[in-house]
Amino acid sequence: MDNRMVSVAAEEPLIMGNQTFHAVTDTISKIIEGKTPKLWYLAISISGSVALMFFGLIGYLVWQGIGIWGLQIPVAWGWAIVNFVFWVGIGHAGTLISAILFLLRQRWRTSINRFAEAMTIFAVICAGVFPAIHVGRMWVLHWVFPLPNQMSLWPNFRSPLLWDFFAVGTYFTCSFLFWYLGLVPDLATLRDRATNKIKKIIFGILSIGWRGGNRQWKHYELAYLLLAGISTPLVLSVHSVVSTDFSVSILPGWHTTIFPPYFVAGAIFSGFAMVMTLAIITRKIFGLENFITVNHLEKMNKIMLVTGMMVGYAYSCEFFIAWYSGNIYEQFAFINRAFGPYAWAYWIMVTCNVAVPQIFWFKKLRRSVPVMFVATIFINIGMWFERFVIVVTSLSADFLPSSWGYFSPTKYDIGLLIGSFGLFFTLFLLFLRFLPMIAMSEVKGVLPQADPHHHGHDIANRRRDS
Amino acid sequence: MKENKSEKPNRREFLLSCSKAIPLTGALFFPLSAARLLLAQESGDYDPTVHNYGMGIDIHKCIGCGRCAAACKTENNVPLEPHYFRTWVERYVLPSEGEALVDSPNGGIDGFPEMNEDIDTLRSFFVPKLCNHCTNAPCVQVCPVGATFITRDGVVLVDEKYCVGCRYCIQACPYGARFLHPEKKVADKCTFCYHRLAKGLLPACVEVCPTQARVFGEVGQQSSPLRRFLRFNDVIVLKSSLNTLPKVYYAGADGEVR
Repeated sequence: MDNRMVSVAAEEPLIMGNQTFHAVTDTISKIIEGKTPKLWYLAISISGSVALMFFGLIGYLVWQGIGIWGLQIPVAWGWAIVNFVFWVGIGHAGTLISAILFLLRQRWRTSINRFAEAMTIFAVICAGVFPAIHVGRMWVLHWVFPLPNQMSLWPNFRSPLLWDFFAVGTYFTCSFLFWYLGLVPDLATLRDRATNKIKKIIFGILSIGWRGGNRQWKHYELAYLLLAGISTPLVLSVHSVVSTDFSVSILPGWHTTIFPPYFVAGAIFSGFAMVMTLAIITRKIFGLENFITVNHLEKMNKIMLVTGMMVGYAYSCEFFIAWYSGNIYEQFAFINRAFGPYAWAYWIMVTCNVAVPQIFWFKKLRRSVPVMFVATIFINIGMWFERFVIVVTSLSADFLPSSWGYFSPTKYDIGLLIGSFGLFFTLFLLFLRFLPMIAMSEVKGVLPQADPHHHGHDIANRRRDS
Repeated sequence: MKENKSEKPNRREFLLSCSKAIPLTGALFFPLSAARLLLAQESGDYDPTVHNYGMGIDIHKCIGCGRCAAACKTENNVPLEPHYFRTWVERYVLPSEGEALVDSPNGGIDGFPEMNEDIDTLRSFFVPKLCNHCTNAPCVQVCPVGATFITRDGVVLVDEKYCVGCRYCIQACPYGARFLHPEKKVADKCTFCYHRLAKGLLPACVEVCPTQARVFGEVGQQSSPLRRFLRFNDVIVLKSSLNTLPKVYYAGADGEVR
């Protein structure tokens, strides 16, 4: 990777344990090549069953209709939309880490980018399920797609829901291509190390003839840079577009211009929290502490502190604007959020998203793995509640006081939320088992040996001397 | 006597001859009106471009009987459970202090319960509600497939065959006029009884209103009863600040009405 502008000598080594190129390949490949751990079987049997329940519930939903959810006028959008926005938000971290941090030459990204990208793709898959199943008539959903037909019927390009379709679709495609492109050199490594024929054929096909020649690397790096450039605006656009689903409606509490930046900050915040949760578990189980070091985790915690405060700023700014606008309906919507029937949800959100990240001001807490693990779990919960607060409280006390209501989820609402986690973890476990979870080629690029200098002044030597 | 009778018919004879005329007039008028109806239906001469429909509602006249809501449900096959209304009646109670109290039990179809005697009521009134058939309709913008549209005669309709049931329009409508039809699983709302309009009939709610609180007609034509209503009343539209340009006009509406 040609992102080595910062002097490596100036900072602490990114990868610990004096790794050699071979050791990197060996440590990461062995996770895939070795015997499947019993714990993995246990984990996938749990998450797989939950994922199956998810599909079963979707089947029942198609059969019975969306009346099985707790939806009732005026709350016509409920957990399905909450879950959609939650998962799309989670899906922001991967591409931010891999594309934006790449362009900003943040070399520490190499240890976490692969599985953060994978997590992004799986989160977007989970997110994509919800808009599809939340419509009343799923069997005609293809009418949302811009398919040319003999009737010259096109979808309504003025609708934010359609923008959503394009935004999430483009994001998924680009993230997937980016992820796959980054995988190619590693897949070739696995092909070369393969011990049986089936593996060799599969990895051979997937590595699309990668030989590691100079010309291939040149093209690869250019393609990687271009894809990073294409993905960077997408990171910002996806959640901006998702936020227009709400802000284009003239509902009090939704109709605000702060939504796009507020949603993007929240998405990065929640995405990083999820990456952290997963990273902390996997580095422990697979013994990757030398690759995903406490320094990495600390840097991520700093990003969470910043984005958490952006989110906190948005919460307070919404109140300020509601008061400052002089619009009594806006004012009511926000007072109702904080002190109305859903005050419990609002304060869970504020506690988890604004108060909890403040612990990261302290270096000791920022570098303590158990502390940050608990904090990220709280942030994940808080960010789900943020979407719940936005969607449900605004709708439950909408325009017509005569029809105000209180939303209560049914067991199907809860089942689908839990089920989506099942799907997510199943995909993630499959990824951990069958693909290299750390980008070997990129990690090698940030090793001191990768940056040799002549006349005995190379950094590897210098470090050894000191 | 006989001469006298021929000059001036007595009361009995006069009434008798009148009663003979009744079936005759009926016989004359019925085919006429039937023919008009059939003609309008079959000749297809209904030209939507010359119409622009709207409704006027006189709050002073509404007695909250809920017959409009009931007639609407019957005419348009609206599900009977509460929550599903194409039109409904709200009761506003303005206490001498504090916020206005608004309720609409079962859309006003079964009447309204006695008011709490503890409340020091300043005044109360009824507000019939329905789709405002906005000229600048927020629901039309947000529909991803374009199933919600404005007809050339100014009525906002939902194409049931095309709606996917995403419920975005339901959220977008600032008048709460829409719901998801539980059987058809598509968005549903007031159509101004479009099937009746095309035949030259009035919407069902207007037809049954015992006090003529609802006035239906053309927004643009001088001869229309709606035009007369707009001329002789101080009217407002609901939530004018949202710039939806509604075509349901309220006379005598309090500022509290939302």
